[in-house]
Amino acid sequence: MPPETTTAAAAGTAGATRIHNIGYRNYDGPRLGRAYARRSLFVQSLRGAYGLGRSAKSKVLPMMLLAVMCLPAGIIVAVAVATNADDLPLKYTSYALYLQAVIGLYVASQAPQAVSRDLRFRTVPLYFSRPVERVDYVASKLAAMSSALFVLTALPLVVLYAGALLAKLDFADQTEGFGQALVSAALLSVLFACVGLVVAALTPRRGFGVAAVIAVLTIPYGAVSTVQVIAWEQGSQAAVGWLGLFSPITLIDGVQTRFLGADSAFPGAQGPDGALGGLVYLAVVLALIAGSYFLLMRRYRKVGL
Amino acid sequence: MYNPTVARLTYRALLGRRRALILFILPGLLLVTAIAVRLLTGADDQTTADLLGGFALGTMVPLIGVIAGTGAIGPEIDDGSIVYLLAKPVKRPVIICTKLLVAVGVTIVFSAVPTLIAGLVLGGNSQNLAVAYALSAAVASVAYSAVFLLLGTVTRHAVVAGLVYALVWESLFGSLVAGARTLSVQQWALALGGKVADGGLVTSDVGLPAAVVLLAVVTAGATWYAGQKLRGLTIAGEE
Repeated sequence: MPPETTTAAAAGTAGATRIHNIGYRNYDGPRLGRAYARRSLFVQSLRGAYGLGRSAKSKVLPMMLLAVMCLPAGIIVAVAVATNADDLPLKYTSYALYLQAVIGLYVASQAPQAVSRDLRFRTVPLYFSRPVERVDYVASKLAAMSSALFVLTALPLVVLYAGALLAKLDFADQTEGFGQALVSAALLSVLFACVGLVVAALTPRRGFGVAAVIAVLTIPYGAVSTVQVIAWEQGSQAAVGWLGLFSPITLIDGVQTRFLGADSAFPGAQGPDGALGGLVYLAVVLALIAGSYFLLMRRYRKVGL
Repeated sequence: MYNPTVARLTYRALLGRRRALILFILPGLLLVTAIAVRLLTGADDQTTADLLGGFALGTMVPLIGVIAGTGAIGPEIDDGSIVYLLAKPVKRPVIICTKLLVAVGVTIVFSAVPTLIAGLVLGGNSQNLAVAYALSAAVASVAYSAVFLLLGTVTRHAVVAGLVYALVWESLFGSLVAGARTLSVQQWALALGGKVADGGLVTSDVGLPAAVVLLAVVTAGATWYAGQKLRGLTIAGEE
């Protein structure tokens, strides 16, 4: 449509002044709504967690960590195929425990980039000026971070499983182990994503967020595993089980030992104490996840406004 | 080689607001663990060595070193406010030296001192264990601070790089490959601590002379190179 200004200006010799209509139009196309915005935020955060859609430099670290995560699985599979082994040298569920440092580094490097930059450049109010609600923002970020972590923890398992089938290991046995490990990987992903995002959302500084997340993930583990060894040397096996409640990775270890047929990495390899111990572990994991969600919702109630 | 104003700014940046919280929590956790272990098991030298070696020196000192070392210069480079400091008539190596001194001080106060107290709580300094581990922690603090301060000037991902060194190299590779232990600040510091301790509980894979030389070379080299980096610093924009 041609702007009406020309005609208005041409005809406007009679009046002295006039408010021109310069042809702005209202948007009357389809409005995609809240669900679409939520989905977009999820996809953008998930891609961002692997550096997709960001600069080449920011792809280096996540991709490298993903490669480091998959490399041992590839080697294990290659050895198993070459030597005609009867079974893989480790259980699927143990894999994430061996490489927990890599998972921790991934959470520490990517959780702050998911939330800290929005806080630092004060873009959070811009999100909330759209149909996106607080719950959408928090849920999208949590879901994206959990999915990114699930990719990181499940991909090496897929490599192991594919290799095990190629090496003609027992199908039912391998499928069972693989399925159990996928469940525990999902639980681990959600738990680590929750912990990482809560800590990262506290600070707009990326560098400090990285250090804080890794501290929360590794320091309790360092303390717990040291004290567990001491308790084990003193002969109190029950204490070893209960001590595991105090760090994220030992929580996952306990849950999968009790419910998912895993071998515990605790000293003495016993895992939590009996059925009650297992239930307490599961309850603590779920409480941590729910608590993190609640804390994030509280954090974003007043942010940047 | 020391500028009080730069020192005050760095100190404020390191211990301002929430930053101090994490620095207080870590040693607090060590002391709580030490007290709990002492109450549960009584005084035992093997336990003391386990806790101080595994947790204090293995996890806490590197982490506080990363936070203090990179935190002393990283955020300023990150948000570009370092230009106001660089524009002042202060020599760049002086800036680095001052920041290093503050980082070392903070790391020692928050890691070596709690290690000493935890050692005393655990075993009352029997076999000189508390002093040996505290000395190791102090020596490691100096080297870690210098190395991580250098990382802060070299890369924008200094914290991640420092953590990769502390967690992946020292902990993961160090426990798998014996050769990796020779190139580890932790082992160099333990070599010094082993000299002070009486029993054979504090051991290191590196000989004492080699450890002292390597520590000195790494600390001095890192500080010198950080000064050089700061002389030709390019301020990068936000990605």
